[in-house]
Amino acid sequence: MDLDSLAQHCGEWLRGTGPDSDIVMSSRIRLARNLAEFPFPNRADTAAKSEIETLISERMKALSQRQKLNYIRVSDLNALDRQFLVERQLISRELSEGSGPRGVGISDEENISVMINEEDHVRMQVIHSGFALDDCWAEINRVDDLLEHEISFAFDDRLGYLTACPTNVGTGIRVSVMLHLPGLVLTKDIQKVFQALQKLRLAVRGLYGEGSQAMGDFYQISNQVTLGRSEEDLIKTIKEVIPSILKYERRARETLLLENREGLHDQIARAFGILSSAQTITTEETLHLLSSVRMGVNLGLIDELQIPAINELLILTQPAHLQKVRKKPLESAERNIARASLLRQRLTAREHETN
Amino acid sequence: MKKCRRCSKPATLHITEIRKGEVQQLHLCEICAQKYLAQGNADEDEPSSSATVEDLEAADELACPHCGITFRQFRSQGRLGCPHDYEVFETELNQLLENIHDGTQHCGKVPQRTGEAHQDHFRLIKLRNELQVAVKEEAYEKAAALRDEIQQIESRLKPQTTI
Repeated sequence: MDLDSLAQHCGEWLRGTGPDSDIVMSSRIRLARNLAEFPFPNRADTAAKSEIETLISERMKALSQRQKLNYIRVSDLNALDRQFLVERQLISRELSEGSGPRGVGISDEENISVMINEEDHVRMQVIHSGFALDDCWAEINRVDDLLEHEISFAFDDRLGYLTACPTNVGTGIRVSVMLHLPGLVLTKDIQKVFQALQKLRLAVRGLYGEGSQAMGDFYQISNQVTLGRSEEDLIKTIKEVIPSILKYERRARETLLLENREGLHDQIARAFGILSSAQTITTEETLHLLSSVRMGVNLGLIDELQIPAINELLILTQPAHLQKVRKKPLESAERNIARASLLRQRLTAREHETN
Repeated sequence: MKKCRRCSKPATLHITEIRKGEVQQLHLCEICAQKYLAQGNADEDEPSSSATVEDLEAADELACPHCGITFRQFRSQGRLGCPHDYEVFETELNQLLENIHDGTQHCGKVPQRTGEAHQDHFRLIKLRNELQVAVKEEAYEKAAALRDEIQQIESRLKPQTTI
């Protein structure tokens, strides 16, 4: 898999289609699995990790007839390429910043990725655009079955799949949905939503999962319980709660429009103005303004742009992506200039096209 | 911040006890501290059923013969060393699992490679759970269907268990 060619476009999960994709950016399910007779990665030495990596990546290749996965040895990549894969959500920060032999198998469409030697020996995920958890589950369950045919995973009659951290034991499943909630942030009702979710024992995290801050009003909702309930049951909990969050977000947007249409329109138009004319801009400011513009497009206040184009910019303006496209390392100040230039080019070009 | 001795939450209560002239400190999260104190008060003269400071100290030194990790190491880093640890630290982990999950019996997916009887066993656990929910929700039609399915599996399992 050629990383440089990937930099020119985005994975399928960002295409901005699928059910409720105005608010639900993406749906993701991951499973944690381990080999029975090896120590977990945090306690495995280089030789053991190497053995684990070889074993699993070989089996993965054997699957190619039924599920092609392009294997990348993450331990052979430089920091920039690793960061690039993190930005595309194909690997986790933990895998990127880890040590010793480790890798990832990625499907052509970038929907499926199977990490080796992350916190657990195997972490597999399926990600889809929009609110599509059933598709994610069907697919990840199939990939798990295929791998399980080749590999004996650590499994206990009482505790289910055994994982490095007891918080994942049992099903090893993490069901998550990435939501764009600018309306609830503006009306300051977002805390109420979080409190309600906490009561249901669901976690709220930022754009890049565990430990990451919420940037640009993007929030990831996921399950915490993994033992004592079935996968279908855990998916159901999330599936049932998301529609009410969507309802609240839509209602918040309506309220904002009703109470101060000009004010909201002005804020969104200014955000668009800065993005399409700035000469230097940080990642944080870009995310913040793109979030405004994204809501503006959904509300019909901006018609020069489409949602997929904004979703794409959210990724293409990230530090590693800018450097991959420019094909050279850039310092922070240089990146801010390159980012502004990319935004101007993308946003004004579109304006001319429609004119 | 120190972690609770009994689960992985941050320790917010720090208990100092003097036993046989020795000063011992115990760091617990609020929930575990309440349990610890309640138990301590309830049966002061009885030998306490809950773990004492000494028991916890002893548990800390427990090491897995497969990967060498001690329970103390697990507590400080939050990650286990190998799949066998779940067996080695079974007693110690149970409390933690009860706190963070919905019970301590897996009722999800089972590897396909496990034998058919084994899969039936898990299917039974899952169906019995669903039956409980159905009865609670007064979904009697669904409950009846579940009961039939459970009986079917039970009868399938029986001949095997009597052999």
